[in-house]
Amino acid sequence: MNNQFANRYYIISGIFVLVVLIYLIRLFYMQIIDTSYKFSAENNSQRYVTLYPARGLIYDRKGQLIVSNQAAYDLMVNPQELRPFDTATFCSILGITPEYVRQTIRKARNYSRYKSSPFLYQIPDSVYAAFQEQLYRFPGFYVQPRTLRHYERKIAAHFLGYVGEVDSSHIKNDSYYQMGDYIGMSGMEKAYEKELRGVKGVKIYLVDVHNRIKGSLANGRFDRPAVQGKNVTATIDADLQAYGEKLIKNFRGGIVAIEPATGEILALISNPSYDPQMLIGRARAINFVRLRDDPSNPLFNRALQSKNPPGSTFKLLNALVGLQTGAITPQSTFGCARGYTVGPVHVGCHVHPTPLDLIGGIQYSCNAYFCNVFRRIIDNPKEKNRFSAYQHWRDLVMSFGLGKKIQTDLPHELGGNIPSLEYYNRIYRNSWNSVTIISLSIGQGEIGITPLQLANMAAIIANRGYYYIPHSVRLINGYDSIDMRFKQKQYTAFDSSLFDIVVEGMYRAVNGPGGGTALNGAVKGLDICGKTGTAQNPHGDDHSIFIAFAPRNNPKIAIAVYIENGGFGATIAVPIASLMIEKYLTDTITRPWYEEYLRTKTIIYPKK
Amino acid sequence: MQRNVNVWARVDWFTIILYLVMVLMGWVNIYAAVYSEEHRSIFDWNMRYGKQMLWIGAAIVLALISLSIDTRAFSFFAYFIYALSLISLMLVLVLGKEVNGARAWFEIGQLRLQPTEFAKVATCLAVAKYLSSYNARSDKLKTWIIAGIIIAVPAVLIALQPDIGSVVVFAAFTLTFYREGFPGIILLFGFLLVFLSLIALVASPFTVLIVILVIALIAFFIVRQRIPELLVAIVGLTISYFFSRMIAVRLLHFPDNPYYYLLFATGVMGVIALVNIVRKKIRYVFWIVFLTFVAIGFTYSIDYFFDNFLQPHQQQRINILLGKESDPKGAEYNVAQSKIAIGSGGFFGKGFLQGTQTKFNFVPEQSTDFIFCTVGEEWGFVGSFIVLGLFVILLLRILHLSELQRSAFSRIYGYGVATIMFMHVAINVGMTIGLLPVIGIPLPFFSYGGSSLWAFTLLLFIFLRLDASRLEVLR
Repeated sequence: MNNQFANRYYIISGIFVLVVLIYLIRLFYMQIIDTSYKFSAENNSQRYVTLYPARGLIYDRKGQLIVSNQAAYDLMVNPQELRPFDTATFCSILGITPEYVRQTIRKARNYSRYKSSPFLYQIPDSVYAAFQEQLYRFPGFYVQPRTLRHYERKIAAHFLGYVGEVDSSHIKNDSYYQMGDYIGMSGMEKAYEKELRGVKGVKIYLVDVHNRIKGSLANGRFDRPAVQGKNVTATIDADLQAYGEKLIKNFRGGIVAIEPATGEILALISNPSYDPQMLIGRARAINFVRLRDDPSNPLFNRALQSKNPPGSTFKLLNALVGLQTGAITPQSTFGCARGYTVGPVHVGCHVHPTPLDLIGGIQYSCNAYFCNVFRRIIDNPKEKNRFSAYQHWRDLVMSFGLGKKIQTDLPHELGGNIPSLEYYNRIYRNSWNSVTIISLSIGQGEIGITPLQLANMAAIIANRGYYYIPHSVRLINGYDSIDMRFKQKQYTAFDSSLFDIVVEGMYRAVNGPGGGTALNGAVKGLDICGKTGTAQNPHGDDHSIFIAFAPRNNPKIAIAVYIENGGFGATIAVPIASLMIEKYLTDTITRPWYEEYLRTKTIIYPKK
Repeated sequence: MQRNVNVWARVDWFTIILYLVMVLMGWVNIYAAVYSEEHRSIFDWNMRYGKQMLWIGAAIVLALISLSIDTRAFSFFAYFIYALSLISLMLVLVLGKEVNGARAWFEIGQLRLQPTEFAKVATCLAVAKYLSSYNARSDKLKTWIIAGIIIAVPAVLIALQPDIGSVVVFAAFTLTFYREGFPGIILLFGFLLVFLSLIALVASPFTVLIVILVIALIAFFIVRQRIPELLVAIVGLTISYFFSRMIAVRLLHFPDNPYYYLLFATGVMGVIALVNIVRKKIRYVFWIVFLTFVAIGFTYSIDYFFDNFLQPHQQQRINILLGKESDPKGAEYNVAQSKIAIGSGGFFGKGFLQGTQTKFNFVPEQSTDFIFCTVGEEWGFVGSFIVLGLFVILLLRILHLSELQRSAFSRIYGYGVATIMFMHVAINVGMTIGLLPVIGIPLPFFSYGGSSLWAFTLLLFIFLRLDASRLEVLR
């Protein structure tokens, strides 16, 4: 048996060559034609570590730092590198239960055995220091630095808003965000998220199969440092804000103060409130639930969201509409018999001199006067009918920024309500007249106005007919680069000349001579002009309202104070507004007894 | 008549140079595969590359010894060496150290020896010895049965470890048998069996049966070359299938499983064929019918074997290769990482020590069974081409030299060397590029490990020694 089969040499050689040829074709395909392996290789061996930027700092209008950052440390776990460790010590340092350790590690394992997962969010500084010393005893755990908000003062929670972790809808809407990122959830933090958040950086490491870092890619050539967020100067005056919060402490309500010449919000207060420090770090989740479930609703931003009838403060608008439409003149005089009666309708009034002209009507807040004014407006013979008269009234009123959103920069603002013509036509089936809706004359009924809108109303009157959209930010990174819409004068539909009469009424309401509804608010030399309001409340005591500005000429501050169940405007709202104006304009308090009065005054609020 | 010639003058230096080049390339790639910053020196004995240098040194000593032994000794002691090897294979089952679930290693101090590797040399010698003997005639069935037993005994012992990869390597000897006159048709049939096994594992029994019947009908047509007979067979099968199925299901209310009725139809046609075979005295057709039924039984038993004899991880690997299972973190992970490493190499590769996939341990067993990944990743298609090219040149060189031998022993041994190496290269590279299942066998001269390097060195240099004195022996 030898060379008889020698030709089989060629067959066997052929098999060898054929197989190698097939392999080479396969290799050619894998290594040269198909590029997907190269991407896989990069994903395999490069780990992108996000560098989180610190959010921008927030200063108040005088340059006082109000929001800064504090270091926090997320404890991460890499299941692959875990070794048995002393659970008891571990738990006692971090203040967690063994059950939490077990569950979280299991969750991390389910996510990935090789990739790190967050184990414990935002360990406080003090715990971190203690833990750092012991870290070597717990292989598989490492610490990722983050920054958290730090609030220098326990103020302005609603104005500033809070920062939370992004959810899937944020990620869907903006590709910048990834799981674990923070985002402004409300207030300024939300409104100026893009400016405050900064730019995330990235560090690219080469990792081995166990996800152990082996060095940086190309010596860090492709790394990008994190860029800190822009610093923002807010419009609020931290001291005024803090003072207002102190004064309103016992009451539920909202205060908004605006600089009329610019529309800058000087203070924006909603009470009950909370310490902004509560909504950072690990405690956030627990505290958030606690605040959300609190019956006094501290998360509710009353300054922007509580819509209530403005009460007598609305008489100012009816006065202006009456003058603008020619329904009345400043000299129009009406009598008051402890109220106003037409057929079955009676609107009561308090004791004051009578008859009164327009200035007196405002000074004494005479209901009968404004019932007459309102009827003249609606039944104005110059109008085609009551419907068009109402429509005209409504248009003029809405030019004051009422019944619609003012479009401030702060999120979650509500627009309030000025009832539409269609609304009345619908509910009264067209058979209504000026008497039917007479409560509008004194700011009652279906009208809904927020404290922000009230303050803006005061600012408009202070400016004699125009306003700037109230906003929360003055400077971004030191530059005046806020949105252009806050720089444009918003004119109302009223002639500027009409306002002096109204201002005179407001001045007298506070300063006299004679009587006035807000005489307790007068401060010598400050020329405060104001108008009280007492909004009837079907659920309990009347709401106490006061809007004001000062000084009379070239006003520096316009303010609205709204105190739920506070009774007459003069009872609580006037002292608060007066003290805040004095504080803002003179930085001194001459009436400590008023502070004491507010500190001891209590209102029993119904448990909702 | 024998002439004693200086072995250094006669030895095939071309092969030796190929050998040295490949061993050095292997060493460099092991260095790259397990490279670590703390142990930069290629001579660091704590690392595999340092150790591999020792193994290479020892291998060269073994090569020198092989070259200096008298040619006749290999033939003379062939059975003795074979017997020693069998004993070592038995001993390792008892005394061996279990690594990765296989009892395949003798551990002597720091050194680990794998008798399996050396059994390939011994079996190669024994096969050469037997087939070159005067008794062994290629036209006798007995010859091939005995030759089969020679390779089957070590194969079974290795299967007991269990090390299925090495068992498969022993199938390489069938190619050597083929060169020595083993009927090609049986080899073809064997290949068909492997093909059918794969089909059996993937497809339903019914599909498998149809494939078998199609092959049988093709064979029938090739043998008879008559279209009418083919048509009769096809029509007969079809009618008996539908007829039996209709009667069974409609009248007897048997369960309707197409497989059984096609099997029944095949049986009916088989009987009819046998009657005709007896009548017309057509022997070849008998074989076709016989082998058809053997194939049916075989494919049926494959599933049984698969379920009862293979280890779960082997089942899984086969399932993954056959596309029946997907498990990116388990067995498929190895192949996926291996393919990523090789595929990311591109044309010129990422460069020496620049392979991220192999360097950072994404590829398992990268210095042993998956050493080809390092070649593919760091040296790219160029490197892969060169390595596979070197192997083809070496294999063809060995075949060429074998054909020059005057001694049948030397020639058969040479073929044994070439086919074993071919099997190793084919399976090893095939698995790293995802064409074959992951069965761990080393890439000759490249993979880390003393035993495998030494065994291949012995295998090759014994042949070179035989070749150096090819003119001495005139049969």
